[in-house]
Amino acid sequence: MSRPGDILLSVKDISLRFGGVRALTDVSFDIREGEIFAIIGPNGAGKSSMLNCINGFYHPQEGTITFKGTQRRQMRPHEAAAQGISRTFQNIALFKGMTTLENVMTGRMLKMRASLAEQAFYIGRGRQEEIAHREKVEEVIDFLEIQAIRKTPVGRLPYGLQKRVELARALAAEPELLLLDEPMAGMNVEEKEDMCRFVLSTNHELGTTIALIEHDMGVVMDLSDRVVVLDYGKKLAEGTPDEVRGNQDVIDAYLGVSHD
Amino acid sequence: METLYLIFIDPFVQMVVEPAFLAEVLIGGLMSGVMYSLVALGFVLIFKASGIFNFAQGIFVLFAALNFVGLMDLGVHPILAFVITIGIMTALAFAVDRLVLRPLVNQDPIILFMATIGIAFFLEGFGESIWGGDVRPVRVGIPDAALFWEAGFGEILVQSSDLFAGVIAAFLVTVLALFFHFTPVGRALRAVADDHQAALSVGIPLNNIWVIVWAVAGFVALVAGIMWGAKLGVQFALSTIALKALPVLILGGFTSIPGAIIGGLIVGAGEKLFENYWGVPLLEGATEEWFAYIVAMIFLFFRPQGLFGEKIIERV
Amino acid sequence: MLYREAGQFKTSYSADQAMLTIPLDRVFVVGLTIFAIVGIPLLASEYLIASILIPVLILSIAALGLNILTGYCGQLSLGTGAFMAAGAYLAYKIATNITWMPIWIVIPLAGLCAAAIGIAFGLPSLRIKGFYLAVATLAAQFFLLWLFVKVPWFVNYSISGVPTAPPRSVLGFDVTGATATNEAKYLFVLAFVIALAWIARNMARSRIGRSWMAIRDMDIAAELIGIRPLPTKLSAFAISSFYCGVAGALWAMCYINTVEPTAFDINRSFQVLFMVIVGGLGSVLGSFLGAAFIFLLPIFLNSAPGWFGYTVAGDTITHIEFMLFGALIIFFLIVEPHGLARLWQIAKEKLRLWPFPY
Ligand SMILES: Nc1ncnc2c1ncn2[C@@H]1O[C@H](COP(=O)(O)OP(=O)(O)OP(=O)(O)O)[C@@H](O)[C@H]1O
Ligand SMILES: [Mg+2]
Repeated sequence: MSRPGDILLSVKDISLRFGGVRALTDVSFDIREGEIFAIIGPNGAGKSSMLNCINGFYHPQEGTITFKGTQRRQMRPHEAAAQGISRTFQNIALFKGMTTLENVMTGRMLKMRASLAEQAFYIGRGRQEEIAHREKVEEVIDFLEIQAIRKTPVGRLPYGLQKRVELARALAAEPELLLLDEPMAGMNVEEKEDMCRFVLSTNHELGTTIALIEHDMGVVMDLSDRVVVLDYGKKLAEGTPDEVRGNQDVIDAYLGVSHD
Repeated sequence: METLYLIFIDPFVQMVVEPAFLAEVLIGGLMSGVMYSLVALGFVLIFKASGIFNFAQGIFVLFAALNFVGLMDLGVHPILAFVITIGIMTALAFAVDRLVLRPLVNQDPIILFMATIGIAFFLEGFGESIWGGDVRPVRVGIPDAALFWEAGFGEILVQSSDLFAGVIAAFLVTVLALFFHFTPVGRALRAVADDHQAALSVGIPLNNIWVIVWAVAGFVALVAGIMWGAKLGVQFALSTIALKALPVLILGGFTSIPGAIIGGLIVGAGEKLFENYWGVPLLEGATEEWFAYIVAMIFLFFRPQGLFGEKIIERV
Repeated sequence: MLYREAGQFKTSYSADQAMLTIPLDRVFVVGLTIFAIVGIPLLASEYLIASILIPVLILSIAALGLNILTGYCGQLSLGTGAFMAAGAYLAYKIATNITWMPIWIVIPLAGLCAAAIGIAFGLPSLRIKGFYLAVATLAAQFFLLWLFVKVPWFVNYSISGVPTAPPRSVLGFDVTGATATNEAKYLFVLAFVIALAWIARNMARSRIGRSWMAIRDMDIAAELIGIRPLPTKLSAFAISSFYCGVAGALWAMCYINTVEPTAFDINRSFQVLFMVIVGGLGSVLGSFLGAAFIFLLPIFLNSAPGWFGYTVAGDTITHIEFMLFGALIIFFLIVEPHGLARLWQIAKEKLRLWPFPY
């Protein structure tokens, strides 16, 4: 059920090496506005590296990335964040010593302008912003149904909830492109269902474009509009879930047929 | 102009004009460098094996030396005192492992670092309440005589105890290198240093490895303590001097044994040279207090992993 | 139920956002502040004010400063003493050379100088973090102290090298130097304490505080969500050094009445670090509790044997003190990294349920 949409992000001929390891080789694909785009592939295929390139944490040796019409090759992560790309991580990267609320508030960081003095004296924008953004954050908290753990330090939360808080933090930034690195890994069935629901409603209700990495093929087939398959850093296939599922190369890669 | 000359030209002129003095300064510097190296060595051992920066290593040196001297003053034969002290250091390693490291496993490195500051204070109080806080000379028959060495360009004064310390340090480093390369325990330690997970999966029990490493570091501390004590007497000041191991490690790299040695020598020689040629004539002296730290700090900008350390790669 | 949270619904986020959310807390803090301003000068003995309250309050400011850097931002410092020294020496220099400047401006100005120095020594945090930074702060500790001792300009070429604090007044009352009354000094110090604690609390709950904590908890993730690590760390260095500088200036001007290097040596740095660990990393309240505890413990140890008719040698007491400090640090890090502040909170929670235990 592919939906029409302009191209939001275009990845072109990306190659990334770590010393001798070729994490990505000449990978190209487009992500269209409003879609859920899945990146799949076996372990070590380069999926996380791809997301890291998109949000500026890794700098590919070759290739270009065009986001909202502006092309760039090198970009600092905070610049990517400022342009509207936010993400979650394969290994949870929450701020453990902070409460859920504080963690989600950090997602609003880039939208706050108060000067140091305004913050120090809690006057002017220092005060207004705290309240205005708190309202926005409460919406996200309601949206993801984590009201009950608002004031709990996230270090004490169970794994599944931590993943949800991480999503909340990413959503609080009101991103145009949301990158999710294995949002359902390690969850039980119930938690997975919840997470699927949240991903879908984020896409439908908030209209956020989503690129996600996922190993569970069932989930991928249900959620995504289009899929790209990576293997050993190369693009194997791209298309709708059904197209990809029927692709012989993909079947071989997943069944471990040797490459030559 | 005048100042520029004093900073950039005159010191070097002096060095060329009076090579014998330069040689003495250098030798003196390298010798205190050996001492820094010995302390830094203990740091590296522990850091390699457990990723912990043991701030207490300096106090270990003091504590080991206090025990050793204390036992000798009670009339215990030096060799026996040495053996007993090794026993004490092993027991200490065990206690540290069980009481401090295990409860703090998986904590932030900075928390562990602060815990070792706690260990340092505790041990200092403990050692001194048992053995007293006076300066104690170490008499283990290390010859301490002034030797005059006739070099081509003049006569150089060398302390025989310094030479002796140099030899012992070289010996110790060789023994440790052999230990790491040719004994099963040593190889296991290196495996742990490379990858905790991998070491676990080939069946190396991490906990006892830690005790071993801390005990080896205790042994190194004892040797350092004896050498140092022989030079300066065993006294509290040892532990402040030992703080210099930090810049030494920054220069040498936290994970490299040769790095610790070379870093120590560089710091030792560098601060003596600086003090004699720049510090005393231009800055009113006492620059040794800070020279090593400032150099290390500047060095950090250019090579944060040190001369021999591995580059730190971060991933998500 | 003396102390309750339930039943007091917050009706707006602004109320929830407020500094002290439970009314009784607010009453308590406001009451305590008023008592500190009015009650203490009237009731407390000279000894209590001059030898305990003033130093504890000043050290609380230093502890607040270190807590911002270490507790909130996760960057270890062993150079607190040096930044205090910077504040002390520069306050002296400014006060004696720009004599028309009111002392209540001189001291924050000295704090600003300390902040600038703090930024310089915080620059290595661009490349390194956590305990590696210890070396940069040790560099500050040893270099700055050496500098202040060796460059007589800082002490106006005073022959002894240890000049006395100049007498300066606020609203006609002397507040610094030997001529000031203890009450006046106390109130002067207290004004700084109240202002700085309030500011620290405000920063902790604002964007800047959250950026510090984010860098502390996971710097890579912080960068990926848009926090720039270097400016964030440098701001922590600057503000922390500002606090330490103000504390150092007050220490010299209002407590020891002289400007001397030994007051700010590495032992001071450790003392303040211990206050932060024992009081609670990342807690404003903890900075005060820690300062009081660590300052009072040796006094207690020294006098306790006397109460029971024992005499113990001074040396022994020092040794016991060292052991106790070491053990306490380890204990708190293992059992309660949030320190006395957290214990206080737990006690409060118990009280909230009292007399019903569940
Ligand atoms: N920072 C790095 N340094 C060195 N090699 C790296 C780094 N990051 C990734 N790699 C390598 O790049 C390759 C691709 O890794 P990546 O994490 O992108 O795979 P992945 O598809 O996300 O795998 P998984 O499903 O296990 O998460 C791997 O061989 C990995 O070892
Ligand atoms: Mg991955």
